[in-house]
Amino acid sequence: MSSACRNSLALCVLLALAACQREQRDLQKPAEQSAPPAQTAVNTLVGGQTDLAMRARQQKDFGENAYQISQGLTLYGAFNCYGCHAWGGGDIGPPLMDEQWIYGGEIDQIYQSIAQGRANGMPAFAGKISPDQIWQISAFVRSMQGAADKAASPGRDDHLRTPNAQEAHSAPPRAGERED
Amino acid sequence: MRHLLYVLLALCASEAALAATPVAPRAASPDEDGDWRMPARDYANTRYSGLTQINRDNVKSLQPTYSFSTETNKGQESPVLAVKGTLYFTTSYPNYLFAIDLTKPGGAVKWKFDPKPDASAQGEACCQPVNRGPVYDKGTLYYNTVDAHTFAIDAETGAVKWKTKVGDFTRGETFTMAPIVVNGKVLVGNSGAEFGARGWLVALDANDGKELWRAFQTGPDKDVLIGPDFKPFYPQYKGTDLGVKEWPPDHWKIGGGTVWGWISYDPEQNLIYHGTSNPSPWNHVVRPGENFWTEGIFARNPDTGQARWFYQYSPHGLWDHSAVNESILLDVEWQGRPRKVLVHPERNGYMYVIDRTTGEVLSADGYVHITAHRGVDLKTGRLISNPDKTPAENKVIRDVCPNSPGAKDWNPSAFSKQTGWLYVPHSNLCMDWEAIPVSYIKGTPYIGAKPRFFPGPGGNAGEFMAWDPIARKKMWTIPERWPLWSGALATASGLVFYGNLEGWFKAVDAQTGQVLWQFKTTSGIVGQPTTFTGPDGKQYVAILSGIGGWPGGMVSGKLDPRDPTAAKGFGNMTQELVKTASIGGTMYVFGLPK
Repeated sequence: MSSACRNSLALCVLLALAACQREQRDLQKPAEQSAPPAQTAVNTLVGGQTDLAMRARQQKDFGENAYQISQGLTLYGAFNCYGCHAWGGGDIGPPLMDEQWIYGGEIDQIYQSIAQGRANGMPAFAGKISPDQIWQISAFVRSMQGAADKAASPGRDDHLRTPNAQEAHSAPPRAGERED
Repeated sequence: MRHLLYVLLALCASEAALAATPVAPRAASPDEDGDWRMPARDYANTRYSGLTQINRDNVKSLQPTYSFSTETNKGQESPVLAVKGTLYFTTSYPNYLFAIDLTKPGGAVKWKFDPKPDASAQGEACCQPVNRGPVYDKGTLYYNTVDAHTFAIDAETGAVKWKTKVGDFTRGETFTMAPIVVNGKVLVGNSGAEFGARGWLVALDANDGKELWRAFQTGPDKDVLIGPDFKPFYPQYKGTDLGVKEWPPDHWKIGGGTVWGWISYDPEQNLIYHGTSNPSPWNHVVRPGENFWTEGIFARNPDTGQARWFYQYSPHGLWDHSAVNESILLDVEWQGRPRKVLVHPERNGYMYVIDRTTGEVLSADGYVHITAHRGVDLKTGRLISNPDKTPAENKVIRDVCPNSPGAKDWNPSAFSKQTGWLYVPHSNLCMDWEAIPVSYIKGTPYIGAKPRFFPGPGGNAGEFMAWDPIARKKMWTIPERWPLWSGALATASGLVFYGNLEGWFKAVDAQTGQVLWQFKTTSGIVGQPTTFTGPDGKQYVAILSGIGGWPGGMVSGKLDPRDPTAAKGFGNMTQELVKTASIGGTMYVFGLPK
């Protein structure tokens, strides 16, 4: 076996392992799974020390897990999130696919924004959506800006492909321009 | 003798020619006095000024004479009112009301009123927390705030005379519309059909803000104020509690039909005319039935709110075609006999002429490219839907024209008493549309659709046209790159004014459509142009600049056009607009050089 071959085999095994993790679900998860601790701040500047262990754990369990992100996508639609944020580009509320986060873009920060609501019109959903489901929505929201692992992100929603303005401009005028 | 006959014949001919030009009823459109007190200028909604100092010859030297920051950055949709040398306008959230004293050098803020609306209400405004202006009546300004309050403000001092909480924004009931004052009553209607808010029109006592009557636009007849006076022209509107029966059980409670647009008033008939918005949600699959009384027009008695007639432009609305656009009241000669009509450029793509005494549709002609419908049956009054374009859940329907903001959105037309034509700022837009399952959750958007917009045939997304309501055709048209979101103004000197999303404010020859003058303002224009006589006796033209609202929200909301569904579908076609337009609110007043 050549070394190149050995290397590619190793790569294959690694990829396969990563793909396994992508779908991994801990069905025995304890019921204490709940909201982020009070230390989760909406900004990056915190007086004193921050406990980042929970952030890392939730990011791994939800933010990098295909199942959780995909559940988040379904819930994002079901709870009418798209009515304000569209499918990432924003509308009544700010876009979620760009790099700018008013109240923080880490998974626990997004959780807090969904749970607590925000002053300029974001409704509070604590007590209305279960904590696990808020984690799932947070994971999906984080994936919109490409922050999630590629292996875990849902496929693009391409079935409604529509010509954009540029293409429409260059298209020849269609017949029957006027109805009357 | 023969000579006399010729004279008589000539007189008859000119009489006939005169009669053929539509006129705005005098009682609803008084003569020019140099002020501009209500957004539409008059009850007939003409937006026509009798002022003539600025004319086709000198308009090329028009220049800015006063300018002010609005201090807010979302869409500026208010007109600039002018009363005895003082200007009044409102802003987007937090809905400031400014009074500018033009007797001071350069103009000066006389007072500024801050209503301090609840910040959360911004999240319940579908298309930015815009405000379409105040109305002036007998020393008082009346206006609405996004958190569903109506204010009466002393025009001299800026002091609050009264304030009334009219709705509950946590249920999606917000305000964007400008009130109108009729017979001492301030008429206000809600927005919020994108949140399942049930539509209503409310009359408040102009003196103390007390609620006098409330007409809901869905539900039982007693709520809708349908009683013995209700005499609709078409049989499909006759029956009991149709606003309940034409919905699935209880859906009328979250069915929309809001009243966020323009209201006209005919003092001779003592009737107001107001439209009703789309039914909620946009996904029509969950609400079988005609969905009364949405996407239609009511004639009501302003003293009691009782309905006189109703007509539904789009039964069982499929596309968010809110029927709240202006209705311009005109007296015309129609096929040889005088008729009292209203002319209404409808979002569904048709220009309607309706007998305003009975609710009979006299004509309905397409003024844009239409694929969503196949015309209007003038016998039954019914819009004929195109079955190929009926949405089903999780299925993409392509090339629906006009799209959801429609052939024309809220931004009002003007009527020239000189030419007899309407000047209509509108859109040329199509879309692909996918209906998706949706549940009602109080306080959240109730939509159930994924639309993506693109320009219609020709590639120009906007258009400014002159329309002859008697000949029923376009007289001329100016293609615009972006959808038009500014109102229009016509003057007795043969000029028409409007602005576009790029920020150009234009003066156009009313006869020919030739652009005679244009000025690039700092941001995009989504306001309503007005004109008035200043304290120096000179004529001025005013407009707010400040991009926002539905398409313009892509810019001032800093939305991301990589998502084609951003701003409910405008993300698909606004990549260039987002790159080139700039944000900011400014009031401009233009005059001739001294």
